[in-house]
Amino acid sequence: MLLDKDRIFTNLYGRHDWRLEAARQRGAWNSTRELMQFGPEWICDQIKASGLRGRGGAGFPTGLKWTFMPKKVGDRPHYLVVNADESEPGTCKDRDIMRHDPHLLIEGCLIASYAMRAKACYVYIRGEYIHEREVLEAAIKEAYDAGLVGRNACGSGWDFDIYVHHGAGAYICGEETALLESLEGKKGQPRLKPPFPANAGLYGCPTTVNNVESIAVAPTILRRGAGWFAGFGRPNNTGTKVFCISGHVERPCNVEEEMSIPLKTLIEQHCGGVRGGWHNLKAVIPGGSSVPLIPKDVCDSVLMDFDALRDVKSGLGTAAVIVMDNSTDIVRAIARISYFYKHESCGQCTPCREGTGWMWRVLERMARGEADVAEIDLLLDVASQVEGHTICALGDAAAWPIQGLIRHFRHEIEERITNYRLGRPHVQGAAVAAE
Amino acid sequence: MSARRFQDPDVTGTFVLSPDTEQQVAWWEAKYPRERRQSAVIPALWIAQKQNGGWLSEPAMRAVADRLGMPYIRVYEVATFYTMFNLAPVGTWHVQLCGTTPCALRGAEALKSTCEARIGPKGSVTSDGKLSWVEVECLGACVNAPMVQINDYYYEDLTPESLAGVLEDLAAGRAVKPGTYVVRQTSAPEGGATTLLDDALYDGSRAVPLTVIPGAPAPATAAAEPVATAPAAPEIQTKRSPEAPVDVVPPGDRPQGLASARAGQADDLKLIAGIGPKIEATLNSLGVFHFDQIAAWTRANVEWVDGYLSFKGRIDREDWIAQAKQLASPSSGKGARE
Repeated sequence: MLLDKDRIFTNLYGRHDWRLEAARQRGAWNSTRELMQFGPEWICDQIKASGLRGRGGAGFPTGLKWTFMPKKVGDRPHYLVVNADESEPGTCKDRDIMRHDPHLLIEGCLIASYAMRAKACYVYIRGEYIHEREVLEAAIKEAYDAGLVGRNACGSGWDFDIYVHHGAGAYICGEETALLESLEGKKGQPRLKPPFPANAGLYGCPTTVNNVESIAVAPTILRRGAGWFAGFGRPNNTGTKVFCISGHVERPCNVEEEMSIPLKTLIEQHCGGVRGGWHNLKAVIPGGSSVPLIPKDVCDSVLMDFDALRDVKSGLGTAAVIVMDNSTDIVRAIARISYFYKHESCGQCTPCREGTGWMWRVLERMARGEADVAEIDLLLDVASQVEGHTICALGDAAAWPIQGLIRHFRHEIEERITNYRLGRPHVQGAAVAAE
Repeated sequence: MSARRFQDPDVTGTFVLSPDTEQQVAWWEAKYPRERRQSAVIPALWIAQKQNGGWLSEPAMRAVADRLGMPYIRVYEVATFYTMFNLAPVGTWHVQLCGTTPCALRGAEALKSTCEARIGPKGSVTSDGKLSWVEVECLGACVNAPMVQINDYYYEDLTPESLAGVLEDLAAGRAVKPGTYVVRQTSAPEGGATTLLDDALYDGSRAVPLTVIPGAPAPATAAAEPVATAPAAPEIQTKRSPEAPVDVVPPGDRPQGLASARAGQADDLKLIAGIGPKIEATLNSLGVFHFDQIAAWTRANVEWVDGYLSFKGRIDREDWIAQAKQLASPSSGKGARE
C-alpha cells in the first residue's frame, strides 16, 4: 500500500485549489531551476534510473525515449508534444491531472522539453475535455505571468513556450503519428514508421510524444530522486500509477497506487470490492478496452504491472480496470467494444477498416446466439489477420479483446448458440458468415 | 470511421465569421508557426460551429477555409472526419450520451431509453429545437459512469431519473449544474476518498526549497556548468567521443596493436555484436584488426579499451571476448554468423 506521503498527484480529486499558489504549497514548481542546472543528459539519466515506463499504454521506457532526440539542435527546432487525447475506454486519469493538478503537468513539460532541447511544447487535449482545457489554459497563463515558462523559464536561461491544442473527437488521434497529423490540421490518419517522430515528427521536425502522466511525474521524480520512484513496484515495473477502476465495483474511482499492487487489493481497498462480493466477479479488463480480458481465477492473484499482466496474455495498458460481475453479458460487452473500434477506425488500412466492421457484426450475432459454432474459429482467424497487418495498433487493439473473449469464454458463446437453436429446430446456420 | 456526409449541400449560401469568432481564430492561429496556420483548423471549425448554433454548415466550412488559406476539400475532410463537428442542425442543448462498455455496464442503456422517451429516436431534435441527442463513444469519464455531455460540459453518475430532471430543466430554461449527480468529490470514491487524507501534504512542508538535489553529480562537475552562465547548456555540452583526444590516461594496459592487418586482410569486426563501423574504425586505429587479437585481451586490456572508448563496461556486458573467441576459432569460423 502506498502511503499518502509518497503520492505524486496530491490533488487528484480536486479537494484543493488547482491554482498556482496552492499548487506551490503542495510542492509543484519547487526548485525547478535547480533541477535543470545539471543539463539535459542528467535529467534523462535520472528518468532512466527511475525505471519510468510510458503511462499511455505501450509502456516504453520514458528516459530512453527522450534520448532518441538528436543531441544537438540543427536547423529544425525540436518539439515536445503531450498526448492528452485520452480516449481509451475505461481511462480517465489524465483528465484529473489536467483539471486538478495542471501545474505538475506544465512543470513536467518544461523539464522534459529542456531534456530534449525543445523550445516549444504542444499539449494535444481531446476536444470533449472543454472544462479541462479551460483550467489548463488558465494555469498556463499563471505560469507565464509568474515567469515559470516563457523567456528564461524559472530563471534557468532556457526559453520555453507551451501551447494547448485540441482535437475534435477522434480516438485514433491518441496514436502518436495520427496526433501529429491532426495537430498539423489534417485528418487523423497514422503515418508509416519509420521515420519515427524523433527524426521527423511535427512539421517534419524532431518530436517526442509523451502521455500526460509520464510527463507530469517527471518533476517529482527529480525532486525526490530516481531511487525513491524505483523503490515502488517490482523491477522493470517501477513507480506509482494512477489507476481508474470502473464498472461493477461498489465505488468506482481513480486512485494513485504503487505499481505491482495485487488487483484484488486494489479493488477491495479503494472501491469497496466487486458488486456482490469477490465471488460475484466474472472478468476484468485490466488496462483499457484494448487489452484482452482476464477471468476471475486469474484476477484472484494477478499483480497490476506490465510484466505480470503480459504473462497472463493481457496488458497493463493505461491501467484502466473495467470490472464485470456475473450479471454481465460478456459477449455483448465485448461486442460493444468491437463497435467502438469499428466506429473509430480511421479507414486507412483495409484489414482494419473492413475487419473491425465484420468482427463487430459477427459478434453482435453471437451475442444473440444467431451463429454457427464454426464461426468462432473463423472469427478468431479473421482477428489474427487484422492483428499486425495495419499501420498503427488500432487493428491490434480491435483484435485483442475478441481473442481474449474466445480464449476464456468460448463455452459461453457455444452455449448461447445451442440455446438459440433449441427453440428453432429448422435453423441450419450455414451461410451466416457472408457479412 | 463513421461515414459522414453533409446533409446540407448548400453551395450558394454564405457565412461570415463574427468579430468575436475572428478574434478567437486569430488567437489560435498565433499558437503555430506562421507558415503552419492550417494547424488551427480544428479549433477554428469548433468556434465557427459555436457561432452557427452548434453545427457546421458548408458555408461555415468554406469561411474557415478562406480564413486559413486552405483548399475547401482539406477543410471538408477534417469536418467529416472528426465526430465533434455536427453536419446537421442540433438542438439548443445537444446531449451526447456515452454508450461505450464502461458506461454500458453501469446503465447507459437505461439512459438511452430516457432520451428516446423525452427527445425521440437517436439523432433527433425536439420540435421546439431545444433538445437533441446522439450516442457517442467513450468520453473519458469512466469512473463517473454513466454520463452525458451536454454542449460543453459533463453530467456524471446519472440515473434515468436524474437525467430526465436535467433534460426537463434545460427544456424549461432553468440552469443545471455540470458534474456529478451523486454525493462524491469528482473521481473520488462515493462516500469519501480512501487516500490523500494526510494533512502534511498540504501544510507547505513540500514547498521548502531543496537543499540537496538527489542524484546530483559530484560538485566538481556541477560547478563546471552552472546554468546561469550556460543558457544554451545542451549545445555546449560535449561528451567525450571515441575520436576525441584523450587527455586522461585510462586505467589498465593498452593492448598490443599491429601496424597493419595481417596479409592485408582485416577481419570484419562488425560481426561482434556491439561493434559497428565507427567502433571498428577506432579499433583499427589502435592496431586491432583480428578476432584473435580481441580474444587474447587481458583484464587490463579490457579496462584500458573500455576507458579509451568511454564505454562503461560495455565490452563485458556484450562479452566481446567470448564472441571474438568463437569467431576466431576455425570450426565455427567467420562464416558462422553470415
